Amino acid sequence: MDFARSTVLVCGGTGCTSSGCQKVMKEFEAQLAAKGLEKEVKMVQTGCFGLCALGPVVIVYPEGAFYSMVKPEDVEEIVSEHLLKGRVVTRLLYDETVQDDTVKSLNETNFYKKQMRIALRNCGVIDPENIDEYIALDGYKALGKVLTEMKPEEVIDVIKASGLRGRGGGGFPTGIKWMLAAKSPNVIGKYVCCNADEGDPGAFMDRSVLEGDPHAVIEAMAIAAYAINAEQGYIYIRAEYPIAVKRLQIAIDQAREYGLLGKNIFGTDFSFDLGIRLGAGAFVCGEETALMTSIEGMRGEPRPRPPFPAVKGLWEKPTLLNNVETYANIPQIILNGAEWFTSIGTEKSAGTKVFALGGKINNTGLVEVPMGTTLREIVEEIGGGIPNGKKFKAAQTGGPSGGCIPASLLDVAIDYDSLIQIGSMMGSGGLIVMDEDNCMVDIAKFFLEFTVDESCGKCTPCRIGTKRMLEILERITQGKGTLEDLDKLEELAYNIKESALCGLGQTAPNPILSTLRYFRDEYEAHVIDKKCPAGVCKALVSYSIVADKCKGCSLCARQCPVNAISGEIKSPFVIDQDKCIKCGACIEKCKFDAIIVQ
Amino acid sequence: MKSLAELEAIKNRMKNQVGMRKDDDTNTTRIVVGMATCGIAAGARPVLNALVEEVGKRNLAHVTVAQTGCIGMCKFEPIIEVMAPGKEKVTYIKMTPEKAIKVISEHIVNGRVCNEFTIGAEQE
Repeated sequence: MDFARSTVLVCGGTGCTSSGCQKVMKEFEAQLAAKGLEKEVKMVQTGCFGLCALGPVVIVYPEGAFYSMVKPEDVEEIVSEHLLKGRVVTRLLYDETVQDDTVKSLNETNFYKKQMRIALRNCGVIDPENIDEYIALDGYKALGKVLTEMKPEEVIDVIKASGLRGRGGGGFPTGIKWMLAAKSPNVIGKYVCCNADEGDPGAFMDRSVLEGDPHAVIEAMAIAAYAINAEQGYIYIRAEYPIAVKRLQIAIDQAREYGLLGKNIFGTDFSFDLGIRLGAGAFVCGEETALMTSIEGMRGEPRPRPPFPAVKGLWEKPTLLNNVETYANIPQIILNGAEWFTSIGTEKSAGTKVFALGGKINNTGLVEVPMGTTLREIVEEIGGGIPNGKKFKAAQTGGPSGGCIPASLLDVAIDYDSLIQIGSMMGSGGLIVMDEDNCMVDIAKFFLEFTVDESCGKCTPCRIGTKRMLEILERITQGKGTLEDLDKLEELAYNIKESALCGLGQTAPNPILSTLRYFRDEYEAHVIDKKCPAGVCKALVSYSIVADKCKGCSLCARQCPVNAISGEIKSPFVIDQDKCIKCGACIEKCKFDAIIVQ
Repeated sequence: MKSLAELEAIKNRMKNQVGMRKDDDTNTTRIVVGMATCGIAAGARPVLNALVEEVGKRNLAHVTVAQTGCIGMCKFEPIIEVMAPGKEKVTYIKMTPEKAIKVISEHIVNGRVCNEFTIGAEQE
């Protein structure tokens, strides 16, 4: 097919795949064939659009009609009304794009209005399995420019001047990293690696980039290899990302076929090839030295630095390691110049950042905003606020290495330095929103459980220290904590921060320290009053029936899995506190709001 | 890939296919075909196909072809409308595939409105 009058883009990211986009795609193909439209209408499966909460998502161009939550049953209507007769099916459009019966552009909706897409610019626009579509939107042009017009030092100078900082969380200046790797002599080989071992619970930025625009990462790695004089690269990605792995492999194969990977690229002396290495999903393998140890085929454990990877990395050769999102910015910086990039974002944090919005928020999904956007803009405007009219309590950034930001700091402009100042960190970009029903002690406990689980065990502060911290937190949530426990917790946290071997251990206490800092009253309520204000910690809550409200219908008693509720029909029931396991099943069933949690 | 020219060639070949996937309409000329029951009955589908084919053949990146419902003058169907940025809308009536191709070559490419096919010509 050369030219189609309409293009139907179906999101094929992991979010929409789990809400059933494959069935929708198949139904479209069947319906188009039935109506004889398959030659006029082009179907494209793309990467993530960002609005995962509304999946499966379908966009029809040239109208730009944004259909959300499309079911296979809806497809026939879209095909016969919109694609055959040209009448947009307003009923199925994303509510916000419909105004006075006309279709509003997606870019004008609250979700997209404040976003700026650099790393995600092709996600949801091109077919990630077709290299030609990437090329059509200036793909591999940056690589061509670098190889034919620029010296390696000039490439590094542009990256340095752009102010790009590592998007994996640390925020180390990318240009400096490239410079250090370039300075190391190439005795028998150097390597360029990509960290796609996205391990923070709730984060899926890197996965979405690889699923939606894999060639951007390949192109950037080739540029990096040219800049530091390397010939071989590895992408380390977790095996739990099957769609990303598949598309990446397709992309590498296509690039090889076109000679964009391999020997003498663009007829120059430069040669570069790439391989995928699958990780088994250990959190610690996102740490750079552990990642390289894992690529070497050994157990993924970190080692002390220095020597830094730029000097002695993979197989003891100089190695450059960047994160997926960092790479995704590179081709755009080369094409548009360092000045363009520094004009976006804040003075010390240039460019944009992708966040995975999750938790108690209406628009769960993927957003990319300029640095310096406030948390309030992300949560209230782009994220659409908190569901069910609840109040915002805190946002957790940076996953298990980050901290909680309280409502009082909602107006802080987000960049690397401001987040560290308030005791959190950028991290890779997970952003979990919490409302008044979340207990902050419980949240700290959740993240500690994660780090205890994922600690590799090599160094003592992390292996034993995090376990001790978790034990104290468990005591507190069970109502057995003392005020000394809080002091001990804090002291232990600072000690671990200073003495752990790698980033995992050094940042593991952050969730505790930040919640202690901003929500100490909640800790004290658990310790002194033996109460959990949010009603989450089971040991500290009790369920009881308000006699005045109870109609004696026995619904709760029949629901109770341990027969803890008893009473006579039409007279108030009671809960036996010794038997009650606090599962909450009764409260969900009661039609008279007669059961309360204290 | 041995040269930048090869890359450029792929880009040009593909430009048309991805060109419509953006929202800014500032530079785009829209050709709209009336595809309600009346239009389809009068033969709008071959007209639409001819337009799509011709736009593709000539590699016109800034032109989109879309359908619309009943324009309201069923006796003049098939009707197409050309909306170029910054210009008045031109309505062509009683289209055939041959006339449609002429509209592309004369109006869209060379900027000369085909007066003989417009609704104004019919009413005089």
